[in-house]
Amino acid sequence: MIFLLYLLLLFMIAGAIIAIETKDLLSSVICVGAIGLGLAIIFLLLGAPDLAIVQVVVEVLSLVLLLRVVVKREDVTIAHRYRYGEVFATATALVFFGVFIVLASMAYKEMPAFGQPILNVSQRYIAEGMDKVGAPNLVTGILLDYRAYDTLGEATVIFTAIIGSLVILRKRGRIRHEGDEPHS
Amino acid sequence: MKGMSLIVRTITRLLVGFILVYGAHIVLYGHLTPGGGFAGGVMLACALILLVLAFGKEAALDIVSENAASAWDCIGALLFLLIALLGLTGGYFFRNVLDKGKPFDLLSAGTLMWSNIAIGIKVGACLFLVFLVLAAFRIRDEG
Repeated sequence: MIFLLYLLLLFMIAGAIIAIETKDLLSSVICVGAIGLGLAIIFLLLGAPDLAIVQVVVEVLSLVLLLRVVVKREDVTIAHRYRYGEVFATATALVFFGVFIVLASMAYKEMPAFGQPILNVSQRYIAEGMDKVGAPNLVTGILLDYRAYDTLGEATVIFTAIIGSLVILRKRGRIRHEGDEPHS
Repeated sequence: MKGMSLIVRTITRLLVGFILVYGAHIVLYGHLTPGGGFAGGVMLACALILLVLAFGKEAALDIVSENAASAWDCIGALLFLLIALLGLTGGYFFRNVLDKGKPFDLLSAGTLMWSNIAIGIKVGACLFLVFLVLAAFRIRDEG
């Protein structure tokens, strides 16, 4: 089980590196999709089918969006030359990464073992959730009863996001000025 | 945006109903089985996006137009807020005032199923609009 998890994690890390390093935009997008589906399998193995369903569906949707929106654009290759500033930036990032790894591995020894909940409140949800909410699916029970405020905030965020992008990207009501590039 | 080939159209015509029914099932049974409003709503949006991709923008917008999607988005958000305000009649915001019913029944767990339906409508319309805004509005008609 743990071995399978590590295998999937390695697969996802390899996918992430390929997605960054590959020259072809299409293979980069497909690598991102592979990472998301690997995450969905991990959720299934850890016993979280709710999350796995959401992960699969959202991954497919975003893959379609990326394929449709990103890959249609023309590829622009930027000539790449290493300069001193870039070397300095990379070195700084590596130093910070090393410090973070060392300190985080010291901190992780203090944390509870994998799968042990930190919050006491989750035990209370599991113990009395079925009686209080009456829903066999405890995840939905917590999302829509105990933590319904969070769900309302989440709905507000997604609502605001779509209203904002509709306003920015709409064609109707735009005044075209002289010399502007005509929209499609 | 034109549609795709005859094979894609035929398969889409066969499958899109099943995808819609499965999305509705995930939304309705969110309090009993894994899933819920968000996952089911994304599935509904995926079915509509499949229609746009297979049959072209015009044919799909005949079924759910941009304005209708926007209206459904607002209706879903308002429904969820209404369910939240319904809790005020029992004391506080988001209180589960409806009857709990028998466990494992479809009509059980009070407001949970209605919240799931509201979120499903909201998320489905919302993500369909995202796709329309990002992909269908701006791309030139080159197929």
